[in-house]
Amino acid sequence: MAFTFAAFCYMLALLLTAALIFFAIWHIIAFDELKTDYKNPIDQCNTLNPLVLPEYLIHAFFCVMFLCAAEWLTLGLNMPLLAYHIWRYMSRPVMSGPGLYDPTTIMNADILAYCQKEGWCKLAFYLLAFFYYLYG
Amino acid sequence: MSAPAGSSHPAASARIPPKFGGAAVSGAAAPAGPGAGPAPHQQNGPAQNQMQVPSGYGLHHQNYIAPSGHYSQGPGKMTSLPLDTQCGDYYSALYTVPTQNVTPNTVNQQPGAQQLYSRGPPAPHIVGSTLGSFQGAASSASHLHTSASQPYSSFVNHYNSPAMYSASSSVASQGFPSTCGHYAMSTVSNAAYPSVSYPSLPAGDTYGQMFTSQNAPTVRPVKDNSFSGQNTAISHPSPLPPLPSQQHHQQQSLSGYSTLTWSSPGLPSTQDNLIRNHTGSLAVANNNPTITGVQYGEYVNNQASSAPTPLSSTSDDEEEEEEDEEAGVDSSSTTSSASPMPNSYDALEGGSYPDMLSSSASSPAPDPAPEPDPASAPAPASAPAPVVPQPSKMAKPFGYGYPTLQPGYQNATAPLISGVQPSNPVYSGFQQYPQQYPGVNQLSSSIGGLSLQSSPQPESLRPVNLTQERNILPMTPVWAPVPNLNADLKKLNCSPDSFRCTLTNIPQTQALLNKAKLPLGLLLHPFRDLTQLPVITSNTIVRCRSCRTYINPFVSFIDQRRWKCNLCYRVNDVPEEFMYNPLTRSYGEPHKRPEVQNSTVEFIASSDYMLRPPQPAVYLFVLDVSHNAVEAGYLTILCQSLLENLDKLPGDSRTRIGFMTFDSTIHFYNLQEGLSQPQMLIVSDIDDVFLPTPDSLLVNLYESKELIKDLLNALPNMFTNTRETHSALGPALQAAFKLMSPTGGRVSVFQTQLPSLGAGLLQSREDPNQRSSTKVVQHLGPATDFYKKLALDCSGQQTAVDLFLLSSQYSDLASLACMSKYSAGCIYYYPSFHYTHNPSQAEKLQKDLKRYLTRKIGFEAVMRIRCTKGLSMHTFHGNFFVRSTDLLSLANINPDAGFAVQLSIEESLTDTSLVCFQTALLYTSSKGERRIRVHTLCLPVVSSLADVYAGVDVQAAICLLANMAVDRSVSSSLSDARDALVNAVVDSLSAYGSTVSNLQHSALMAPSSLKLFPLYVLALLKQKAFRTGTSTRLDDRVYAMCQIKSQPLVHLMKMIHPNLYRIDRLTDEGAVHVNDRIVPQPPLQKLSAEKLTREGAFLMDCGSVFYIWVGKGCDNNFIEDVLGYTNFASIPQKMTHLPELDTLSSERARSFITWLRDSRPLSPILHIVKDESPAKAEFFQHLIEDRTEAAFSYYEFLLHVQQQICK
Repeated sequence: MAFTFAAFCYMLALLLTAALIFFAIWHIIAFDELKTDYKNPIDQCNTLNPLVLPEYLIHAFFCVMFLCAAEWLTLGLNMPLLAYHIWRYMSRPVMSGPGLYDPTTIMNADILAYCQKEGWCKLAFYLLAFFYYLYG
Repeated sequence: MSAPAGSSHPAASARIPPKFGGAAVSGAAAPAGPGAGPAPHQQNGPAQNQMQVPSGYGLHHQNYIAPSGHYSQGPGKMTSLPLDTQCGDYYSALYTVPTQNVTPNTVNQQPGAQQLYSRGPPAPHIVGSTLGSFQGAASSASHLHTSASQPYSSFVNHYNSPAMYSASSSVASQGFPSTCGHYAMSTVSNAAYPSVSYPSLPAGDTYGQMFTSQNAPTVRPVKDNSFSGQNTAISHPSPLPPLPSQQHHQQQSLSGYSTLTWSSPGLPSTQDNLIRNHTGSLAVANNNPTITGVQYGEYVNNQASSAPTPLSSTSDDEEEEEEDEEAGVDSSSTTSSASPMPNSYDALEGGSYPDMLSSSASSPAPDPAPEPDPASAPAPASAPAPVVPQPSKMAKPFGYGYPTLQPGYQNATAPLISGVQPSNPVYSGFQQYPQQYPGVNQLSSSIGGLSLQSSPQPESLRPVNLTQERNILPMTPVWAPVPNLNADLKKLNCSPDSFRCTLTNIPQTQALLNKAKLPLGLLLHPFRDLTQLPVITSNTIVRCRSCRTYINPFVSFIDQRRWKCNLCYRVNDVPEEFMYNPLTRSYGEPHKRPEVQNSTVEFIASSDYMLRPPQPAVYLFVLDVSHNAVEAGYLTILCQSLLENLDKLPGDSRTRIGFMTFDSTIHFYNLQEGLSQPQMLIVSDIDDVFLPTPDSLLVNLYESKELIKDLLNALPNMFTNTRETHSALGPALQAAFKLMSPTGGRVSVFQTQLPSLGAGLLQSREDPNQRSSTKVVQHLGPATDFYKKLALDCSGQQTAVDLFLLSSQYSDLASLACMSKYSAGCIYYYPSFHYTHNPSQAEKLQKDLKRYLTRKIGFEAVMRIRCTKGLSMHTFHGNFFVRSTDLLSLANINPDAGFAVQLSIEESLTDTSLVCFQTALLYTSSKGERRIRVHTLCLPVVSSLADVYAGVDVQAAICLLANMAVDRSVSSSLSDARDALVNAVVDSLSAYGSTVSNLQHSALMAPSSLKLFPLYVLALLKQKAFRTGTSTRLDDRVYAMCQIKSQPLVHLMKMIHPNLYRIDRLTDEGAVHVNDRIVPQPPLQKLSAEKLTREGAFLMDCGSVFYIWVGKGCDNNFIEDVLGYTNFASIPQKMTHLPELDTLSSERARSFITWLRDSRPLSPILHIVKDESPAKAEFFQHLIEDRTEAAFSYYEFLLHVQQQICK
C-alpha cells in the first residue's frame, strides 16, 4: 500500500488511539479509586474533567481525517462513538467549566457504575480500533 | 400452646367484652348520629353508615354480642339473657331468611348464638360445618389460617357483609357470587334497615352460601385439621383440643380478631359443659407436656400461617421449645401474646400503647387489658398498631379493627372459596405458609435469636381488596412496623424515629428484591433531639478492626475476650478496658456495657477522631438589605429574635459571631472589642471581593456582646431609605466563604430576591403561564453551578450555608438551594413574606428563627453508614456532600435534618439471618467536644416474597420513593417522576398479585402492610412537588422538593399526607396525659370532603401548617367556646390563633393543638379557615382523596392502577 493520505490517517489514528487507550485506562482507574474510597470526588472530578474534552476532540479529529480520506467504512465504525460523545457532552450536568463529571452526583452508585462501564467499553472499542488501524 | 390458649381465654374474655360491649353500644348509638364522633363512617352518607353499623352489627351479634354479654357479666356467670336477646335477633334473622338450606339453619340454630360455638368445638366436624355455614366462604379461610380459620372465617363472612356495603360488586368478584348478590342487595336496598331485618337477610344469604360451600366445609374442617396436623403431625390425636387451641391461637394472633375468636371459646366455656370440657382439655393440654408440645407446634404454625401474632411470640416459642416444655407452654401462651406485645408497643410506639389502654378503658367495657389476660390486651396490640388502639367505641366494631380485617377476610375467603370451588389451587398456595414456617422455625430456633418472620405476617400479609375497602386509613396514626426479631433484639433495636428501613424484612437476594418491586432503603434522622442518650466516655472506643464498626448490641460475644462483628463477621478481641463495666462497677461482663445494651449511644471521641482541634461555634449572618428586603421588613424580626436568643446560641466561651449585609455592595461590620460602636466597612468591588479587616469581622460573642447588641438594634433602621434594588448575593457569599474558611461554622443567608449582580447572578426562568401546565415543568434544576461550587468549597472548609428565602416573586430557589444542599445546610422559604401584610408568615419566621437559633448544632461532621456485608449503599438523599461510597460530609448537622439511603443487595444474604445497619455521626458539639453518635438497626433476612411483603414499612417506602422521585424529576422530568411513582404502585401490587396467584384479577389486592401505599402515592402525586395541572409556583414546587429531600420521615409524612381531625367534639375518651395536661385523641379522618360536615370543625395537620376549617353550620357553642366569637358570621377571615378561653372545649382544643405542635421542631402556623372563605382552596387542596380538575380521586386512582396491572 502506497503511502497515501489514507495511510497517513491510519498511522495518525493508530497513535492517537493509543493515547485514547491511556485515557480510557486512566478513567477506569480513577473511577475504581472513587469506588474504593481512595480519592475525594472533588479532586477526582477536577483531574478527570479536563481530560474529557481532549479525548473527545482527539477522536473527533481523526474522524474528520477519515472523512477527508474518504475512508467511509472506518468513518462509519467511528460514527457511533462520535455521536455518543456529542450526546454525552450535550447532556452533561450544569457546569461552568469543561468536563462531564459533577462531584455531587458522581458518587451515586448508578452514575459510578455507568462511568465505569463506559470506561471499559471505550477501552475495548479503542483496543479493537487500534488493531483495526494497525492492520487496516 | 394450650396453656396460652387457656390463659388467654380469661383474658380474652375479659377483654373482649369491653370491645364488644362497646361495639354493641356503638352500634345502637350509631343510628343516633355521629355524636360519638370518632366513627367516620357515620359521616359518609348517613344511610350507609347506619347500614354498616347495623349490618356489621347484626351479623356480629350472633357471635360477638353474645360473648360480650357474657363477658361483661363476668366470665364466671353465664347469664344467657343477653345472649337470648341477641339470639332472638339472631334467630329472627335466620328464620326470616327463607333459608334455602335447611341443614344450615339447623346448624345455626344449634349454635343459636352461643351453642353454636360451644358445640362446635367438641365435634370438630360439626364445628367446621357450622362455621362453614356461617362463613360460607369459611372453607377458604381454613386454608389461609390452616387450623384456626374456622371461627375466623365465620367472622369473615360477617365482615363481608359490612364490607359489602361499600362495594357490593367486589364481593362478587371474590367468588362469593351468591352471597355477594345477596349482600349487595340487602345492603343496597336496606340501607336504613334496622339491625334485625338487616342481619336476617345477610345471614340467610350467608347461610345459603355456607351451604353451597358447605359440602366442602363439612369435609373441610377435617381437612383443616389435617392441615394443621400436617405441620405438627401430632395435632390430630385429640381433634377437639386442637380446634380450640387453634382458635385460641388465632385469636391471639389476630389482634382484632382475637376477640372475635375468643367469643366462640368464651361462649362455650360459659355456656356449654362440653365447651368447658374443651377448655378444660386445653388446660389439661397445657399441663400435659406431650399435648402441649403438639399443640405448641401447631401453634407456631398457625401463627405463622394465619395470624398476626405479637411479633415476639414465635421467637419465644422457639426458645422455649428448646428449653423446658412446661415453661415453654406457659410462657409461650402468655408471653407470646401478652408480655412482649405491650413492651414492644410501648417501646416502639411510645404513646400508642397508653392510648390503647386508655381508650379501651374509656370504652364501655372496662379494663380488658390489666385483667386476667395479658393475652387479650396484646392481641389487640399485636395488630399493627392502628387496628387495635382505636379509641372510638363506635369505630371498633367495624370501622376499625374489624373493617381493616374485613377486607382481608373477604379477600382471603374469597380466594379461598374460589379456590375451593374449583378445587384447591388456593390450598396449595396457602399451605406454603404452614410448611415454610415449620422449616423456618427450626432454622430460627437453631439460630437462636431470630424470631421468625411468621408472627406479623398474618396481619400484615392479609390481602386487602383496595377498591372495596372504603376506610383504608386507620383512625390512629400509622406506626412503624416492628421488625420481626426476638424480644431481646427487639428491645435493643434502634428506635424507628431515628432509623427506619423500608423493608423490615430484608430480602435475601437482589433477585427477590426485584421481584417484590419495592424500594429498599433506610430513612435516618440521626441527630434527632433525644431525651435519653447514653453518653460513653472511654479511652478506647471498641470497633471492629477490619470494618471499623462500633461495637453494638447485635455483636456476638464468642467468649469473654472476643466478639464477632455483626457487619463483617470478623472476630475481634475485647480490650481490657471494656471488661470493666462502669455502670455496674463489675468486671468481666462486656455484654453488660452500655454500648452493648443500647442501640443508640454517643461516644466522646478522643483526639484520634480529630483532624484539627475542635472548632468553636461560629455563626455568620449574611443579610440582604436591598430595597426589596427592607420593604419586606424581615430585619426587624431577625434582629429581635437574635437579641432575644443571643445568650441561647449554642456554643462555649469561644463562640464567634459576625454580620454582613449586602445590596449592590457588601457591607462588613467591625465589632472588635474596644470600639465604641460597630463600624461598617463597605466593599463595592464585587468582582473581586476581599475582606477589609479579616480579624475583626468575626468576633467573640461574649467579648463583644454590647457591640453586637448595638448593631442588632441599629440594623433594622440603617437601610430604611435605601434605593438600591440590586442584590449581589454571589459576591457576598464568596466573601462569607473567605471569612469562614479558617474555622468553619454556619452561614445564615437571608435573601429576598433574585441575585442580580456579580457572580452567581440569575435570570428569572419561570413562565407564570406554565404554572399549571400538565406537560412540562422546566427549570427544576439549577441554572448555574456557581452555588454548587461555592457549597462544595464551603463544605470543604466545614462551613454550612443555611438559606432563608423570603421573597415575594420568583427567586430561582432551584439554583439558590444548591448553596445549602451540598453544604449540609437547611432551607427555609417564606413565600410572599411581609412583616405586616402577611403576619402569619412573619410569625412563622419568628418561631422558626427561635428554633433555628437555639437548637443543637454539630460542626465539622461526617456520617458514615455501614451495613452488613452483602448490602451496599446505592444513593443518598438529603443535604450533604457524598465524600465516598458510605461517607457523607456534613459541615453542620442539625436535629431537623433527615436522610435517606437507597440500598442494593450485592451478594446474596443466604448465610445470615440478620442484617445490621450502623450510622456513625462524628461531630463537634457546640461546646467543642468531639462526639460520635452511633445508631444500630438490626433486621431479619427472609427468603420468601410473602415475608418481604409482610415487612413493608409503607411510610418509609413512600418517603424513599418521594426522594427518588425528586431526583428523577430534576435529572429527567417531572412527568417521568410521576410515572415512576405510579409504576411503583402498579409494579408492587401486580408483583404481589402474582405471588398470591389465586387472587382474581378483577380485584385490586394489596397485602395489609401495603394497603396505604396507593393512597400515599396519590398523595405524593398531589403534593406541591409533583402535582401538575394545579397552579404551582416554581419556587413552591422546588421548595417542596427540598423539603422532601431533607425532612425526617415523621415530618415528611405529614407533608405528604396530612392528618385530619374533627375537633368540634373533642372528648376525653382515649385521651393521653402529657405533662399534667389531658390531650384528647380524636380519630383520624380520611382526607376527603365527604368527611367534612357543615356542622363540624376540622383540624388539618400538614406538618408545617395547621388549618382549622369551620363549617358553616358549626355549632355555635364551639365557635363561642373555642374561637371566641358569637357566631359563624363574626369569625374574621384571617385568624391565626385560638384565644385562651376558660372553657372545657377550648382547653381541649388548645391542648390538642399544643400537643401536636410540641411534637415537631418548627412550630406550624394555625390558619382558621371559614367555609366559603377564599382561603378555603388552601385547605381543600390537601383533601387528596377527592377528585380535582387535574387529578384522580383515590378511587379513580385505584381503578387506574388496576387497569395498568391488568394490561
